[in-house]
Amino acid sequence: MRSLWIRWLAFAVLLTASQTHALTAEEAKAMASGDTGERIEALNQAVANATVDDKTEAFLQALAADAVKVAGDQVLVVRDDKGFDPVTGAEVALPEDAQDVMNNNRMRGALDSALAALALFSPDDQIRRAAVAQLQSDADESKLPLIEKAYAVEKNSQIKEELGLVRAAALLNSADPTRRLSAAKLLADSTQASTKTVLLTRLKLETVPLVRAALVESLRQVEAALAWGDRLGALFSGISLGSILLLVALGLAITYGLMGVINMAHGELMMIGAYATYVVQGLFQRYLPGAFDWYLLAAVPVAFMAAALTGAALERGVIRFLYGRPLETLLATWGISLMLMQGVRSLFGAQNVGVENPAWMSGGVQVLGNLSLPYNRLVIIGFAIFVLLGVAWLISQTRLGLFVRGVTQNRAMASCMGVNTARIDTYAFALGSGIAGLAGCALSQVGNVGPDLGQGYIVDSFLVVVLGGVGQLAGTVYAALGLGILNKFLEGWVGAVLAKIAVLLIIIIFIQKRPQGIFAMKGRSAEA
Amino acid sequence: MPNFTSRRFTLKALSAAVVIAGFSSLPVHAAEPPIKVGILHSLSGTMAISETVLKDTVLMAIEEINAKGGVLGRKLEPVIVDPASNWPLFAERTRQLLTQDKVDVIFGCWTSVSRKSVLPVLEELNGLLFYPVQYEGEELSKNVFYTGAAPNQQAIPAVDYLMSKDGGGAKRWVLLGTDYVYPRTTNKILRAYLKTKGVADKDIDEKYTPFGHSDYQTIVADIKRFSAGGKTAVVSTINGDSNVPFYKELGNAGLNAKDVPVVAFSVGEEELRGVDTKPLVGHLAAWNYFQSIKNPTNTEFIKKWSTYAKANKLPGSDKPLTNDPMEATYIGINMWKQAVEKAKTTEVDKVIAAMAGQTFKAPSGIVSKMDEKNHHLHKSVFIGEIRADGQFNVVWKTPGPVKAKPWSPYIEGNAGKPDEPAKK
Repeated sequence: MRSLWIRWLAFAVLLTASQTHALTAEEAKAMASGDTGERIEALNQAVANATVDDKTEAFLQALAADAVKVAGDQVLVVRDDKGFDPVTGAEVALPEDAQDVMNNNRMRGALDSALAALALFSPDDQIRRAAVAQLQSDADESKLPLIEKAYAVEKNSQIKEELGLVRAAALLNSADPTRRLSAAKLLADSTQASTKTVLLTRLKLETVPLVRAALVESLRQVEAALAWGDRLGALFSGISLGSILLLVALGLAITYGLMGVINMAHGELMMIGAYATYVVQGLFQRYLPGAFDWYLLAAVPVAFMAAALTGAALERGVIRFLYGRPLETLLATWGISLMLMQGVRSLFGAQNVGVENPAWMSGGVQVLGNLSLPYNRLVIIGFAIFVLLGVAWLISQTRLGLFVRGVTQNRAMASCMGVNTARIDTYAFALGSGIAGLAGCALSQVGNVGPDLGQGYIVDSFLVVVLGGVGQLAGTVYAALGLGILNKFLEGWVGAVLAKIAVLLIIIIFIQKRPQGIFAMKGRSAEA
Repeated sequence: MPNFTSRRFTLKALSAAVVIAGFSSLPVHAAEPPIKVGILHSLSGTMAISETVLKDTVLMAIEEINAKGGVLGRKLEPVIVDPASNWPLFAERTRQLLTQDKVDVIFGCWTSVSRKSVLPVLEELNGLLFYPVQYEGEELSKNVFYTGAAPNQQAIPAVDYLMSKDGGGAKRWVLLGTDYVYPRTTNKILRAYLKTKGVADKDIDEKYTPFGHSDYQTIVADIKRFSAGGKTAVVSTINGDSNVPFYKELGNAGLNAKDVPVVAFSVGEEELRGVDTKPLVGHLAAWNYFQSIKNPTNTEFIKKWSTYAKANKLPGSDKPLTNDPMEATYIGINMWKQAVEKAKTTEVDKVIAAMAGQTFKAPSGIVSKMDEKNHHLHKSVFIGEIRADGQFNVVWKTPGPVKAKPWSPYIEGNAGKPDEPAKK
């Protein structure tokens, strides 16, 4: 708001100094009311000159921010519930019957590209870069004078190059064939998906053979560049799905893989982790709204502890009586999973609860012209690696890990050496459960959180562990990544429904041929 | 995958029984026995996100009607069951409502697959269902009143809008849906319709995902790629809680409405609760009602709902939202009340006869009329753009109510089908 004021003041000074074409009341009215087509025409006229006054820009910004009202013939900019005249800047009483000016997509698009064209003259490199990126998808001839002017004065060579492409895209519809030809040739270097659209549209209209040939050639090059983005994108989403599968299966790799407990309540432990995240979010909203963006960091240990404690109680209360009786364990844990689901339903309601992404996890980073990696996926991949390293360290380097390995390999011998095997069982099970809780915390950021959350993942997690080879952490990692990437490539090829079926079929065939999984336990196993 | 269902249901049935017991123990003041009203909406599972509020809407309307003395001097008594987003269970629960609880009318269902599963039971036992959600048409049962939109009251106007200059002049189309009868049929109609408008097959991409699908990375990437070939619009018939991850992914991938507008047929104010709508500004929905519509009837409707939601401490009552299926539910129960009063009985066949031509002042700002013959409402069509606050800006509407065409002319073999249910 303050910057706006400064702008207005600066304008007052400017007005006395220069003879720029200034915003008039009629122009403001034409841009704010009437049919969208007419409004856009008025807008394009207002920015068609190479010099546009600050008042017009401020008015456009207000329009784009939905802060303009119309009362009869009067157009008002609303700031802090007060009305201002867009032309004089003076405060005006806000009439009762003032109507909001409504923008539809088309109007908003026109406003954004007009503002982007004006932002090309900003002293800030970042703003100019964003403006160029915006114009890439919707440059038209009405912006050409501004683009030409900005192109002539642009100092930053990288921005200048990109701006050159924007200019070429706008020139592609020029009446002069030689200009079209040079524009078509220039566009071959673009890596933007929007360039393909521009080229294709022009190709349909183009009649001059030479220009046509140049268009076809550029199109081929742009498509080749885009294909790389697509492939990398598919690979990334595969890795992302793989990282989720890994998180989901890692806990099970301990409870089922190492300890041999068929825990059907594994999914519900994830659900508990996700609900713990929800509760932490609620607490932050209520007591620490200022630090809301960081609630997830607090939620990670809470989700771990909540699931780990539930797991420990489960082990102490039920599972320890059932060691060595897989069928009974299966039934008992299944029953427990139903109880946990119903418990959550009674506590939080049957409906899904909303877990928000913190602001820093929204959006994505643009890697290639047509490839942007969403932050939430990147964070989850990083989190999966972190958890994996943590578990690997815990199992291979610590005393607890040594005991766990000892007990699972030869219980009697470990007991003889003075290891309290019952306690180790509880710890190991709690650890596996806690990791399930971490998975739930991660899942809450990409999917829905509801009582059925675990049901959707329990089959996947068993598949990963069995495919990787029971008792093998490394196998779990390979299986998760492999399944993720396979699933995503199949999905891109045959669609989501068939991909799911195909993956299951492939797994069935694989298990038939190699029941021990990707990695078999090697050497002598002391298991009785 | 082991079959979890049967056991889960015993639990659900138990809890449902508790709920029912709770309601039936309410003291009934009227001397006459109450009229039982069945409510058949999923209160758990993937559809709970959409259907739970409809149950509450029926309860609100019942409370309102009872406060005014009930119907024919008798109070209404709700009987709530939870079919748990499980389609066969819908049929089971309907049988229970009609044979054990002996309800006189049922308000319920959202997905077409649930309605299809209920239909044989209704026809066998001559029950009466009010179905409040837009659907694909291709059905006309004497035992059902369809208070939601038929395809010509939602899907076709939406596509027309996107093809218009204001809508962006879309040339290529992605038809994206959940894999079941409603999206499949709607897309069949749309494909045929687009062909009559000169859209080639290569410019239409049809995609389906399973119920409850939560990983939309590939699909959003595909839409991005497809849209490079020309101005693209997405028609989404995704149902249930999959919409949340879908819209999250759209926002994260930076596909904004100016480049690739997404028009949804099953996303309203309620579904957008809990989604960060800022990246979604400008995406569209086509409905016959939006909460943002300004007229006195709607103001009153929203006020009633807010008061009810707050008084009953419903989830989300801090931000009460109304939506199209809620409006359709509300119209449905009020029209049923009028029809019962006209017929002076709750007997199904007489009520059906009395329903023809009923009118009701709808919150959408029109006087809604039940067609004399085809069991569908005449409705206005609105197209709204998502605002940053999760509400919709109406950017286009029909000049007046449109008569429903349950048998779409764009499906082969529909020409000449009678516009009324077959007599038995």
